Amino acid sequence: MSDAVIKCESVYKIFGENAKKMLQEANGNVDAKTFQDKGCIVGVNNASFEVSKGEMLVVMGLSGSGKSTLLRCISRLTDATDGKIYIEGQDLLSLNNKELIELRRNKMGMVFQSFALLPHKTVLENIAFPLQIKGVETENSINKAMDMVKLVGLDGRENYFPRELSGGQQQRVGIARSLAVEPDIWFLDEPFSALDPLIRKEMQDEFLRLQEKLKKTIMFITHDFDEALKLADRIAIMKDGIIEQLDTPAKIVLNPATEYVKKFTEEVPREKVLIIEDIMEKPNNENLSDLKVLKDEIIENVAEKILSQEKSVAVIDETNKIVGTVHPSKIIHTVFGGRKNND
Amino acid sequence: MELLKKYPKLFQWLFLLAVFFSLCFAIDVPETYKFIRGQAEFVKDPNQSTYTLFGKEVRYYAFDNFWRLPPLLGWLPIWINDSLFFLLNEWMPIEFWDSSIQEYKTRPLVLQITRNITSFMTFLIEFIREILLGGVETVVAFTSWNFVSSYPWAKLPGLPWTIVAAGAAILGYKLSGKGLSIFAGLVMVYISVFGQWKPSMQTLSFILVAAPLSFAFGLSLGIMAYKSKRVERALYPILLVMQTMPQYAVLVPAMVLFGIGDHAAVIITMVVAIPPMILLTLLGLRGVSPEVIEAGKMSGCNNWQLMFEVLIPTARRDILIGVNQVIMVCFSMAVISAFIGAKGLGWNLLLALNQLNIGLALEAGLCISLIAILLDKMSLAWANKQTDYFGNLTFFQRYKNTIFFGGAVLIGAILAFAGSFFFKEGFNYLFEVPHNKGISTADFWNKGVDWVWDTFFQTLKIFNTWLITEVLQPMRAMYLRMPAVATLVLVVGAGYIIGGIRSAFTVGGLALFIALSPWWDRALVTTYMATFGVIASCIIGSIVGTLCQQNKYTTNFMLAVCDIFQTFPSFVYLIPVMMLFGVTDTSVLIAVIVYATIPATRYTIEGLRSVPPALHDAATMSGVTKLQRLFKIEFPLAFPHMMLGLNQTIVFALFMVIIGAFIGTEDLGQYILKALSDKKGGGKGLVLGICVAFIGLIFDNLIRTWVEKRKKHLGID
Repeated sequence: MSDAVIKCESVYKIFGENAKKMLQEANGNVDAKTFQDKGCIVGVNNASFEVSKGEMLVVMGLSGSGKSTLLRCISRLTDATDGKIYIEGQDLLSLNNKELIELRRNKMGMVFQSFALLPHKTVLENIAFPLQIKGVETENSINKAMDMVKLVGLDGRENYFPRELSGGQQQRVGIARSLAVEPDIWFLDEPFSALDPLIRKEMQDEFLRLQEKLKKTIMFITHDFDEALKLADRIAIMKDGIIEQLDTPAKIVLNPATEYVKKFTEEVPREKVLIIEDIMEKPNNENLSDLKVLKDEIIENVAEKILSQEKSVAVIDETNKIVGTVHPSKIIHTVFGGRKNND
Repeated sequence: MELLKKYPKLFQWLFLLAVFFSLCFAIDVPETYKFIRGQAEFVKDPNQSTYTLFGKEVRYYAFDNFWRLPPLLGWLPIWINDSLFFLLNEWMPIEFWDSSIQEYKTRPLVLQITRNITSFMTFLIEFIREILLGGVETVVAFTSWNFVSSYPWAKLPGLPWTIVAAGAAILGYKLSGKGLSIFAGLVMVYISVFGQWKPSMQTLSFILVAAPLSFAFGLSLGIMAYKSKRVERALYPILLVMQTMPQYAVLVPAMVLFGIGDHAAVIITMVVAIPPMILLTLLGLRGVSPEVIEAGKMSGCNNWQLMFEVLIPTARRDILIGVNQVIMVCFSMAVISAFIGAKGLGWNLLLALNQLNIGLALEAGLCISLIAILLDKMSLAWANKQTDYFGNLTFFQRYKNTIFFGGAVLIGAILAFAGSFFFKEGFNYLFEVPHNKGISTADFWNKGVDWVWDTFFQTLKIFNTWLITEVLQPMRAMYLRMPAVATLVLVVGAGYIIGGIRSAFTVGGLALFIALSPWWDRALVTTYMATFGVIASCIIGSIVGTLCQQNKYTTNFMLAVCDIFQTFPSFVYLIPVMMLFGVTDTSVLIAVIVYATIPATRYTIEGLRSVPPALHDAATMSGVTKLQRLFKIEFPLAFPHMMLGLNQTIVFALFMVIIGAFIGTEDLGQYILKALSDKKGGGKGLVLGICVAFIGLIFDNLIRTWVEKRKKHLGID
């Protein structure tokens, strides 16, 4: 892809004193166990991927899987031990400190799990902070911050201190702060993990609404597979520093690449994740029912209608052209059948 | 046996105590042994032994080596002193241009450096002092004496007290609002009306130089230590010793280097105030969560912005405690440095105490404490201040403080000018109330003291005599009866049981240093007084703390009381006890107890408060009574934190014991006080101070190690 905003080529991050030397000796064949015996911890192991403009890549993994480390390599909060990282074609690792600061000031925004707000600043000052750091005049930065406050729905609370806000509200501040400089690339490190379930759902919806409007290039870290399915354009599943699978939610659910990934997908309600396109068959000249469904519909939404038919249903695209068919039995099979040994 | 298996440590302790006591009984008191009242090096006594090491002759009374170790470190103070002299008077002579006599002069490098620092400090102090009080020195610093004497107008006029009072009130208002404003105004008016204006302003000018400099140096060194492990490792031992070093002891070497006067006082104050500032800065910066740092970096901070916009403000809680400490140290040094000729309230206080004029001392002490509390509150308010971005302010609202201050200056100046016509007899009360012309309550207090003496003399005396003969003397005798070897075994053993071999070596080394110094007996007396004070303080503190902690209001009240008491300079505590008990050991001990009870109480309350509420509920649901809950749940969990309080209590007690030498005790403090008036006392003062510091560090090490183990055991962070 030529429009890749973030591009990683075999990125390694290994913690420990002789990390660099050991990596060279391993010759690209890194085994976490042998490294650990020698006192090194493998954070990220040979990660290569691209994120294109406006895409949301969700990196999902359990704690210790290296997902946060990967994010920190790409935001260069830590330096990768080896590999290449390009941000809009610019070699990230070759940047000097000044260029890096310039990049962060204009292109990157980041949201943190524990919110990481500055306790001595009010909501408004926190949001205006990146702007003031950049050297924007106080009045302009405050006005801009006020817009952000409205964007995340915190109007009326702009003069509160972080300690006076609930977790969800604090994270809204964190989101507003990361967006204040209007970055192209948005990093979110488990932003909703510290929130309770109801608030989390609300924030996810809010987040989707924002993304709909802003169309940022996003790397989103989470340990919650459902969250990943709900938000992602594509999901990267990590384990022990290795990206086990990187694909669209539907393809991961339908074709888990490894046993590890499969464990996550087993419990997933497919009808909520898959769209008609994922299960349709090629159009043949059989007898179709009158019902037509769009190929982008989530199965759950149209299942009842399809199941009330006896014959196959036509699947159409936006131009009303028939691109495939779905037989009601396929729906039943997808939802109930063969979860354990599907495909 | 079951018991021993269950508590292996208990067995170790019993064994240690058995060894200790058998050593005590096995080693007899030598017949020639007596507590030496004078200083060995000044006594020409044929019974003394001598040895010469590094060219220094050391004289001492020799005993059986098990009873008292020979002072093998006796050469150290003399050597330090000679080295200081050499550095100051002979080492590296350099040429420099002396502008006053218009020719080159030769001076040793160190002397030249210290003289430069001295003149810089003097300039700063004089500058602020003359803004407040008026004078010509600042103008002289930029021109010459000739210039000043030929132009009588060339001087700083000084501010009338009305303007300073108004200024303080307006500043208070700007920082925090009405409450602080009224308090600030009242303090200033009080100082003026009671005729303490001049010494107060002298003290204030001293503090306005010392506190910001200490803050700046402490903060930057703290930042450096945060950034570089190497700096931290180099600083750490010095910081540790300085934490437990009595402030007194620093006076002596500083006097050798910088002479006497306000400038030397500022330098000493900095030496004492910087270490806690460094430690707290470091603590605060270390405590900033990594995500906040990352957030700062991702916001595009450069290193400078990251430090000053993110790290330091986020760590401000600890840094503010540091500022608070700096201010406290400054005020307590403002008094102590009167010994080396710093002017101001401390000087008056010392003079009054010397003349046993309790009333005057009380007034001076009260002024110092009031200013201390005021500055403390102002610095806190300043750090917590916020900006209002959306207030649509009119011109008047925006600049009202400035306008009011301008008005105050104008009115004050007019009043002072008018006053010069009104009060013809020479004192312009609207400009400055002279020292002996204010309202004085000294007579009242002195009469009160007399009354107390007359009324309670018998009771107090009986109590006093009883305490001294029945408690203090036997306790002291017991401490002195310990053979040095037995004491060392006890210390090393305790170190081993608590912290293993490493701890044993550390505390053993510290104790050995004291044992090999010429002042072991004195150190024992210091320890005995400190022990007595600490035990009493802990009992009082834990009881008061526990009782207060039962109720939210009493808790807050008690913490506020602790805050205020902590702001009093340590010297001030001597005033009321001298009022009641005169010049005796009892006075010192009571001052020690009062002073050291502050941390004991505070840490008890904080410790009990830190017990998680969930445990309270769990205990209540298991059906415990209130007392059971206290003893089974709260105390065991709060104990580590309370032990940290014990640590502070010991340090406070040691400080007070040393300061008590001013009343007259026979411990290390007495020698430190003597070293002050001794021309060659620099080395001695320093080594004596180190001895006191080491006593503190032994306990510090033991307690800290124990607390860490215990916390790990209980799983509290």
